Amino acid sequence: MTSLGRLRPLAAGGLILGVAVCAAVLAPALAPHDPYAQAVGARLIPPVWEEGGGWTNPLGTDPLGRDLLSRIIYGARISISAAALAVAVSMVLGVLMGLVAGYYAGRVDTVISNLVNLMLAFPFLLLALAAVAVVGPGFRNMVIVLGLTGWPIYTRVVRAETLKYREREFVLAARALGLGSWRVIWGHVLPNLINTIIVMASLEVARMIILESFLSFLGLGIQPPTPSWGSMLGEGRVYMFTHWWLAAFPGLAIFMTTLGINLFGDGLRDLLDPHRVLAAATARAE
Amino acid sequence: MTVYVAHRLLQALFVCLGISVITFLLLHVAGDPVLLLLPQSASDADVALLKQKLGLDRPLVVQYIAFLGDALKGDFGQSLFTQESAFSLILERMPATLELTLAGTLVGLAVAIPLGVLAAIKRGSFLDRLSTVGAVGGQAMPIFWLGIMLIILFAVKLRVLPASGRGTLAHLILPAITLGVYLAPLTMRLTRSGMLDVLTQDYIRTARAKGVVERVVLFKHALRNAAIPIVTILGIQFGRLLGGAIVTETVFAWPGVASLAVKAIRTYDYPVVQGSVVFLALLIVVVNLLTDLAVAWIDPRIRLGAGRD
Repeated sequence: MTSLGRLRPLAAGGLILGVAVCAAVLAPALAPHDPYAQAVGARLIPPVWEEGGGWTNPLGTDPLGRDLLSRIIYGARISISAAALAVAVSMVLGVLMGLVAGYYAGRVDTVISNLVNLMLAFPFLLLALAAVAVVGPGFRNMVIVLGLTGWPIYTRVVRAETLKYREREFVLAARALGLGSWRVIWGHVLPNLINTIIVMASLEVARMIILESFLSFLGLGIQPPTPSWGSMLGEGRVYMFTHWWLAAFPGLAIFMTTLGINLFGDGLRDLLDPHRVLAAATARAE
Repeated sequence: MTVYVAHRLLQALFVCLGISVITFLLLHVAGDPVLLLLPQSASDADVALLKQKLGLDRPLVVQYIAFLGDALKGDFGQSLFTQESAFSLILERMPATLELTLAGTLVGLAVAIPLGVLAAIKRGSFLDRLSTVGAVGGQAMPIFWLGIMLIILFAVKLRVLPASGRGTLAHLILPAITLGVYLAPLTMRLTRSGMLDVLTQDYIRTARAKGVVERVVLFKHALRNAAIPIVTILGIQFGRLLGGAIVTETVFAWPGVASLAVKAIRTYDYPVVQGSVVFLALLIVVVNLLTDLAVAWIDPRIRLGAGRD
C-alpha cells in the first residue's frame, strides 16, 4: 500500500469520530427536538421511510413519544464522555503503575505484576458488573468502576516498555548525571512511551463505549430518562418484536462510533509507531 | 519443566486466592448486602437480626476465612431467594455455558482460520482487504446489538429461528453466530499474521525448492507452525470468550452460568454472585494454566526460559 493508502483508515475513522464528537458537542443545536419532551399523541412512530413515518421524527419515536434522533444525538454526549473519562482514569492509574514496576523492578515489580495477572484473570465484564451493582448505578459510579477495572492493560504494556528503556544509554546517562528517579522517569522514559499510550488509549475508548453501553443496556449504568445509547438499546429490546427501530438505531450509533475509533486508533498506530512501519517496509521489500 | 510447572502452579494459586479476596471484599466492604436486601423502612433491630442470621456480624477476617473454607468445599451459601445451594445452581447451568462457548468457538474458528490463511496466501488481494475490513468491523461490533438484530431478522421478520431459550439445535444457531462474530476478528488477524510470518521462513523456501506441491507446503508445513500461536491466543482469549458469553446469554435468555450471575447481580443475590464470579474466574485461571503448560510442552524455548516473561 502507498503511504497515502495507509492514511485512509485514519481519515475514515477521523471522519466518523468527528461526526460523533460534533453530535456530542453541538447536541442542542443539532437535535430537532427536546430529547426529554414526551408526546402521548406521537408514540412509537416508525422511521420516515416506513409507512406512517414522517420528517418530523426522521428516525421515529419511542414509547413515550420522544424523538429517537434527538435522543441519539444527546446520547453521544453521555456515551463518549463516560468512555473518555473512564479511559482517563484507567490510563493515569495504569501508566503510573507500569512506570513504577518497570523502572524500580525487583519487589515492587513482582507485586504489581502479580496484581496485573490477577486482574487480567478476572472476567472483566463480570467484575465491572458486580462492582456497579454494589456501588449503585449512575454516571459517576460507572466511570469510577470502569476506570478502576480497566488499568491493567496499560500497566502490562508500559512496564514492558519501561524495562526496555531503563537499560538504554540515554537513561543510564541521565542517572549517571545524578537526576532523581522521578525526573528520569518523567523526562526520559515517559516521553518515549507517549505514542504507545496514545494508541492504546484511543482504542480503549471504543472498548469502554461498548462496556458502558452494555452496563446501561442491563440497567446498571446511565439511568432513565437520561438518553444514553446503551439504555436506549435496553428499552428498545423490550419492543424488538414489534418496533425494530427502537433497538436498531441506538445500536448502530454505538457500532459506528466504535468503528470510527478503531479505524482511527489503528491508523494512528501505523502513523506513530516507527518500528511497525519499518517492519512493514522490510516485509514489503522481500 | 518441573521448575516451570511449579512456578506456574504457584502463580495460579496466588491468583485464585486474590480472586477470592477481591470478590469477598467487593461484596462485603463496597456494599452492605443486608442494606440491599431489606426495605428502607427496616428497623435497626431487623438489620441486626438479618446480619446475625447471615453471619455478617462477625469480624471481616473471620467471615473471609469462613467463606474461603466453605468455598473450598464447594459451598458458596444458599441463594437468598430460592434457598437452593448456589454451587448446585451454578453446576446445573454449566453445561449450557459450555455448549454455547464451544459452539461459538467453532463458528469463530470456522470463519477465522480459512479466511486468515487465504488472506495471508493472497496477500494484498481483494479477498485480503475484504477480510481485513470485515475484521475491523467485527471488532467494533457491540455483540449485544448484533444479537438483537439477528433476533429481529431471523426470528421476527423471517420467522425461521427461535428468538431465545435453549433446547434444540435451532436455538443454538443465533447465539453461536453472535459469539462467533465476537471471537473471529482477532483470531483471523492472528492467523493471517502467523501465516505471513511462517511463509517467509527458510524451511518453507526449502520445501518449495524441493518441489513440494504448494498445497502441502501451505497446510503441512506452514499452517502447522502457525497453529502454535493460534492455540496460545485461543487459550488466553478464554476470558474474553466468557465475557462474550455473558453478553450473549443475556441477550438470548440462554440459561447458563453467566446469565445466572447477571440475574443475581441485579437482584443482589450475593451468595450466587460470589459463587459464580469465583467459579468463572477459576475456570479462566485453569484454562490459562493448561494453555501455558501445553505450549511449554510443545515449545521447549518457553519452559527452558524458566518462567519469567
